[in-house]
Amino acid sequence: MLKCTSACAGCSDSLALRYVLKAAGPDTVMVVPACCTSVIQGIYPNTAFNVPVYNIAFGAAAACASGMSNAFRAAGKKTNVIAYAGDGGTLDIGIQAMSGAFERGTDFLYICYDNEAYGNTGMQRSGGTPMGAKTTTTPTGKTDAKKDIDMIIAAHDPPYMATACAAYPQDIFKKVQKALTFRGPTFLHILAPCPPGWRYPTEKSVEMGKLAVKTGMWVLYEREYGKVTIGPQSKAAMKKSLPLEDYLSPQGRFKGIDPQVVEILKQRIAKNFKRLTAEEEASA
Amino acid sequence: MKKIATGNKAVAEAVMQAAPTVVAAYPITPQTEIVEQIAEFVTSGRMPAKYIAVESEHSAMAACIGASITGVRTFTATSSHGLLYMHEMTNWAAGARLPIVMANVNRSLGPGWNIWAEHTDALQERDTGWLQVYVSTVQEAYDATLMAFRIAEHHDVLLPVMVNLDGFLLSHIMQPVDTVELGDFIPPIHLPYAIDPKHPAGYGTLTGPDQQFKFRWEIERSMRDSVKVIEETEKDFAKRFGRKYGFTEDYRCEDADVIVIAMGTLGKEAEVAVDLLRNEGIKAGSMRIRWLRPFPKLDLKGKEVVVIDRDYSFGFGGIVAGEIRSKTGISLYSVIAGIGGQEVTYDDIAGFVRTRRIGEEFWFGVNAHV
Amino acid sequence: MFEIRIHSRGGQGGVTAARLLAMAALHDGKYATACPFYGAERRGAPIVSFVLIDDKPIKVYSQIRQPDMVVVLDESVMDVVDVLHGLRKGGRIFLNSPVNKEFAGFECKNVDLTGIALRENLVVAGSPILNTPVLGALAKMGVITADSAKKAIREMLSDEHNVKAAEAAYKEMSA
Repeated sequence: MLKCTSACAGCSDSLALRYVLKAAGPDTVMVVPACCTSVIQGIYPNTAFNVPVYNIAFGAAAACASGMSNAFRAAGKKTNVIAYAGDGGTLDIGIQAMSGAFERGTDFLYICYDNEAYGNTGMQRSGGTPMGAKTTTTPTGKTDAKKDIDMIIAAHDPPYMATACAAYPQDIFKKVQKALTFRGPTFLHILAPCPPGWRYPTEKSVEMGKLAVKTGMWVLYEREYGKVTIGPQSKAAMKKSLPLEDYLSPQGRFKGIDPQVVEILKQRIAKNFKRLTAEEEASA
Repeated sequence: MKKIATGNKAVAEAVMQAAPTVVAAYPITPQTEIVEQIAEFVTSGRMPAKYIAVESEHSAMAACIGASITGVRTFTATSSHGLLYMHEMTNWAAGARLPIVMANVNRSLGPGWNIWAEHTDALQERDTGWLQVYVSTVQEAYDATLMAFRIAEHHDVLLPVMVNLDGFLLSHIMQPVDTVELGDFIPPIHLPYAIDPKHPAGYGTLTGPDQQFKFRWEIERSMRDSVKVIEETEKDFAKRFGRKYGFTEDYRCEDADVIVIAMGTLGKEAEVAVDLLRNEGIKAGSMRIRWLRPFPKLDLKGKEVVVIDRDYSFGFGGIVAGEIRSKTGISLYSVIAGIGGQEVTYDDIAGFVRTRRIGEEFWFGVNAHV
Repeated sequence: MFEIRIHSRGGQGGVTAARLLAMAALHDGKYATACPFYGAERRGAPIVSFVLIDDKPIKVYSQIRQPDMVVVLDESVMDVVDVLHGLRKGGRIFLNSPVNKEFAGFECKNVDLTGIALRENLVVAGSPILNTPVLGALAKMGVITADSAKKAIREMLSDEHNVKAAEAAYKEMSA
């Protein structure tokens, strides 16, 4: 990744990208569907990426990457193929192609960076938007829960999958490096706080990401051949988490959130903790 | 070697000989036999390709795009709703200048569920930047598929090519097919802008109003250049293998007063109608349009023209008739026949010519002059 | 152009018979088109397929309406389908049956293909195979040559019993 991207100020996706690319190394091709990362690259004839980037239609990242991976392998090349898509391109319009690519055992890494809404079109709700969050298409707050894409991916039983958060870039680095050592499909789900979308000051992206983990809204864990390992940051949060309100109140998107919705979110956090802990114990 | 094969099998045989590195496809009636046969070729080791059994046609074309940009030869096949489902990606393939070859088995569109021949599926892809050829015999399906790879991958073209064959009427009937020893007829593929991590570049990045039209013009320029490449390829094919093809197949047109124009199997059956009409003293000829994109130069001066469309553009008219009108400026008799596999015999075609009313449109079976 | 319509039931091999016939015609140096008519095809339902044979390339894709010959692989189809429909004046009929039938204005020949198939042990999934012996009968009727019929069968099927069945049908057909 080169300097001078055309990302928004405080964009945590560009932070994540820097570490993803550092970890992947030069023999890498990125496949990017319509998303914020299409914009971050810059405008033709310029590009801020120091690896080839193939831009593809919104719902087609995994399928395109699957063709690319097969072609590289047929030519005897080990080039890393990384599909890099947003939550819209993953949880919503791209889910069919992604499911197909995972089912077929495609040798690639699929990264979903999740800013919990359609960011580059001005924040419309997506399947990744949490309950209670305001977007331009849920002006009074989303009434449906966030889709648990990780459970869906887990059902495909890939050799490796993990969650990460842009506020912990070294963790991203390690997980990308690890994912690329496996043959077959691997998955990394990165929470990517978004200042204009979540409506907080631009300098607070890292803080927001850390709060997501410390309150339990986001859980860092890995699933390697089915074995679940919860990350130390989330382990700490499970022992003693910060009040959810610490995460919600600095964000304009949760302004005026119904206390009942906050209660539901808290229940969901508790349920998530319980489920993952049980899975970790069961697979130990 | 001469053998008996269905249109689908002939296409698969040609694809095996052209030896693409990646085939990504999704089955659909009446195309299924093509992908089944290719899967069998791959599994049995007769075809050293990667066969990606994708979960949809949208993904089939996306996977072909991803494979093609690495610089390898790719193929897919579809039909009808499958083609419509991949429409977004057919535009992408052409815009990205990828020489993907696709067989499309022409079939009607739902509702209702009708699996029979119609050209509306492929004609809805007219403006995507794909070259389109329509074939009329099993032999031609085989020959055109082979030539499609060479034309698509030629550096003056670098656009995808769609080979169209009529559902069931051609996909499932059996005719003799003479397979060839390919030799060096299709040169090895070389994609000048293939993706290469040693030379990072952004493909299809944000493009402003000051640039986009240039890329679109480049497509058109190559489309125009493809005319010469098609002619050269067909000429070389004739020289090597003895079978001649052109933008149109003209039958008894030179001294004809009235010319029937159609595509696919109807265009072949029209030749039988021409013989019938000639016996009656009507100086008829048949002109079967093979290449719809790039659209051929048609010399129809001084002729009366009857166009049979196995397709329709609602609120406008027969699509091929419209194309001919706009390109030649002539007035013609537009017949809509064969939709959804409607049976059209050479007797029927002769009837269209006998009762022609230049300037009017006629829906066969609806029995009304509109 | 010589036009043949084959009547059978789904699963009896009418489509393969058409293909074999086209292959044999090709070996005779002729052009041929075999068209299976695809409808909602179900096992046991009456189906038709067509074969066109000519000295010139064949340009016809529409269904045959006036065949020169009708081949009936399953007599029971005649209860539900008018197999003579459109048959040209003086047209010929081949019937898979131990007994011949009279049809005014048409020439009818018969052989018990089912019996031959059973004798030659040509049974797949409980059904006798009729598509190879029928070639012997049609060779006897002069539609194709006997040599080409055998060549076509051998190209498609490795079991030599198929050729024997065709030879038996050829011999058994009354002059």
